Amino acid sequence: MVGEVVELEIPARAEFVALARLVVSAIAASDSTLADERIDDLKLAVSEACTNAIEAHGAIPTDERVLLRCSADGGAVEVAIQDQGGGFDPAQLPDHPPVTDPDRLKFERGLGIPLIRALVDEVEFSSSGSGTSVRLLMRTAGGQEA
Amino acid sequence: MDLSLDVTERDGYSVLSVRGEVDVYTAPKFRERLIELVSDGKYEIIVDLEGVDFLDSTGLGVLVGGLKRLRSHEGDLLLVCTQSRILKVFEITGLTKVFSIYESVDAAVADD
Repeated sequence: MVGEVVELEIPARAEFVALARLVVSAIAASDSTLADERIDDLKLAVSEACTNAIEAHGAIPTDERVLLRCSADGGAVEVAIQDQGGGFDPAQLPDHPPVTDPDRLKFERGLGIPLIRALVDEVEFSSSGSGTSVRLLMRTAGGQEA
Repeated sequence: MDLSLDVTERDGYSVLSVRGEVDVYTAPKFRERLIELVSDGKYEIIVDLEGVDFLDSTGLGVLVGGLKRLRSHEGDLLLVCTQSRILKVFEITGLTKVFSIYESVDAAVADD
């Protein structure tokens, strides 16, 4: 599948996030230079982005689907997740209290985007009132920056 | 995709063994089971994550919510996890400092 672009449209429902993970990990695994651990990281980042997309659709609500576009070009695996939700500003996300603060337990949500940022080599959020696009990029062994 | 949740009793603890994938689809079932245990007066809970293949931030949210609920009853929620890919999620989010994480149910019980 290296060199090919694969598009997947999923209904914006929670039961389809596993399918998105499955497809992305299969495409990532087709590039044999990406270690299993990095495929797991990408899979988790995709799961987080799809969860946010589905919740964004649910908040409006809308029947529009979430679109995933995946490609592996030998140097990197790239996944774009596009939703038709209401958009958000990633710079405006509230900070959690430090983990040593008892108030930290009041926050059960908001861990997805920090996880995405930590797991992939590049992440880009483009958001407007008509939706959000999240581009995730994982460099393979042959595509690591010097 | 399925999530299996089995409860056993062990030395005063309720051990909730989780198997499968924990994500936005399965997390509600996990949350409900934890809430049921607390409602039944089980305030010392060990969640065994050794059978978990995948866990994302919604699963973390369930565990944080469970810990908060138990602490409000002077109880505790201990975790059993040795899988590096699951531990990594706790490490990135700093939650290794919030939860007590053990290598086995035996180790968790012994640390009482």
